[in-house]
Amino acid sequence: MKIHEYQGKQILSRFGVEVPRGEVAFSAKDAAAIAARLGGRCVVKAQIHAGGRGKGGGIKVAAGVEEAERLARGMIGMTLVTPQTGAQGKKVRRLLIEETLPIAREIYLGITLDRQRGTPVVMASAQGGVEIEEVAKRDPAAILMEPIDPLLGFRPFQARRLAFALGMKGDEIGRAAKLMTALVRAYEETDASLAEINPLIVTTDGRVLALDAKMNFDDNALFRHPEIRDMRDTDEEDPLEVEASAHALNYIKLDGTVGCMVNGAGLAMATMDIIKHVGGAPANFLDVGGGASAEQVAAAFSILQADPSVKAVLLNIFGGILRVDVLARGVVEASRKVGVKFPIVARLEGTNVEEGRKILTGAGLNITLADGMLDAAKKVVALAAGVR
Amino acid sequence: MSILVDKNSRVVVQGLTGKEGSFHARQCREYGTAIVAGVTPGRGGQEHEGTPVYNTVREAVRAQRANVSLIFVPPAGAADAILEAHDAGIKVIVCITEGIPAADMIKVKASLGDGRGDAAGAGATRLIGPNCPGIISPGKCKIGIMPGYIHKPGPVGVISRSGTLTYEAVAQLSRRNIGQSTCIGIGGDPIIGTSFVDALRLFKDDPDTRAIVMIGEIGGTAEEEAARYAARELGKPMVAFIAGQTAPPGKRMGHAGAIIAGGHGTAAEKMAALREAGVQVLKTPDEIGGAVETILAGGR
Repeated sequence: MKIHEYQGKQILSRFGVEVPRGEVAFSAKDAAAIAARLGGRCVVKAQIHAGGRGKGGGIKVAAGVEEAERLARGMIGMTLVTPQTGAQGKKVRRLLIEETLPIAREIYLGITLDRQRGTPVVMASAQGGVEIEEVAKRDPAAILMEPIDPLLGFRPFQARRLAFALGMKGDEIGRAAKLMTALVRAYEETDASLAEINPLIVTTDGRVLALDAKMNFDDNALFRHPEIRDMRDTDEEDPLEVEASAHALNYIKLDGTVGCMVNGAGLAMATMDIIKHVGGAPANFLDVGGGASAEQVAAAFSILQADPSVKAVLLNIFGGILRVDVLARGVVEASRKVGVKFPIVARLEGTNVEEGRKILTGAGLNITLADGMLDAAKKVVALAAGVR
Repeated sequence: MSILVDKNSRVVVQGLTGKEGSFHARQCREYGTAIVAGVTPGRGGQEHEGTPVYNTVREAVRAQRANVSLIFVPPAGAADAILEAHDAGIKVIVCITEGIPAADMIKVKASLGDGRGDAAGAGATRLIGPNCPGIISPGKCKIGIMPGYIHKPGPVGVISRSGTLTYEAVAQLSRRNIGQSTCIGIGGDPIIGTSFVDALRLFKDDPDTRAIVMIGEIGGTAEEEAARYAARELGKPMVAFIAGQTAPPGKRMGHAGAIIAGGHGTAAEKMAALREAGVQVLKTPDEIGGAVETILAGGR
């Protein structure tokens, strides 16, 4: 799960990471009031779940209260396009109004899971303010790494080693080490999957603060962090994906015309791939899970139907322990209930497959059967192309 | 032969009395697996569908000489269940549970070690999964949730991060009368007990495994590591399929571990690494059966 910058800063500051003074604004009036509390001069930052905001005009400095209000009025409701949002951009609904600070240096500091090592790793770079992926490409040696031992934790010497390598001097060393330790605690205690401060700044008077904050969380651990679950902002997600998650369906919207309904994540990805392979374009990823109950299939049909770009649907089911005849009855029931309008190509495998096929073809629905995934993909892509 | 599990496997099911545990333990027994005990804390001394239930794994090991554990415990308690099995001296632990927090698995993995034991080969605990369909040595035993009837005993080892896609591959092989030595679902999570390389090492040493099918997917670098191992040491033919060639970056594709992060973990990178290592990389899963048939017919 992703959260906004201002929410990330709230969490970090709770763990002792110093952040600039600031508050969230939902309107230009809010923004003016906050700017006044900050003494007038401030930064107005659009809050969306995507990076590169500065490049799209989503981060601006105001000289005083009036300018802050004017900038906020322009930003709220605007569609912000950044290198990470795609061409369609994201609508701005919230702003962070923050004090400005005299920056001496910008640093990168982040923690994420190193899957190969099987531990989280603290990453730092003296080249802050630019995307870490770019640094990794251009100058991999410039990224410092300290793995966090799962049993011993992040050790003080590791924090000092990073601080020295980043060129910290005098009091900055202790302050930076303290901040790193606080960041590790925040990462571990919230079950984060990413905690990134880019940039971390050293001010001209030697303070060390998080100027930005990006935190992602392990969905599997949200059950033990209700306070983080409450930070979810569904406005930032695709409405169909939000609807699907309410039905425990794994759905991701894509931009093709061939809808997919598959049981199992790997098979669902492979189904998208084979559609592309025969010249079509998948409209979505959709894993209905191992059970694929009639209710879930009905919810899945509704979601596919709500996507106007879907012209035909490929139903690809490997019924292992799940009986295909039971599934087929569920499909018939669900497609009647939803009033499915698109043609369906069904590729079924597994227990009682012959009976399942008979049920589907005998139901008077617009369903074509296929043998194997390749045949199914060819048939559904032809149908999607033929429907105008 | 086969790897890790066979006719001598004596299975304790942790979470036997739950809905999933009951159903799949029954399916495993019908396949011929020796399900010798169940563990549900607080229900020790009872019988569940003819299987004795114990409060702790240690008791189940002592009373029934269980040597493999099959775990259906819900996510919040699953990591603890793995550690309990390890503590009780179980050497092969199969964890089916989906949705275990990554932080829990990091600790579990650190306390289990690398699964290869000490220099003398003693003390190794092998965890399979979590978030996987389990392991089957066809004709000998099935320890997991895969449909047993699609499998056949034979010379092909199958390793996969995905459930239904594995069934797809196995069904194609069996339909061509090509059997399998052992099929392992290693799991779709970012932190798993047995990697592709771990499984390949075991298949390399199994004289009856003549070819290997590997099914990977986007996210992480496990396939690239497998490619390096295949090039250097494997010495057996392998075909591979990588799911997620059309997956968008930054999105989690169903499995917690299936995500392209920071531009890495793409199917294209994995396919290129495998090809370079001399592994036959297939464009669609439909080609798996045919490709293996050609390899075996070539007498390799």
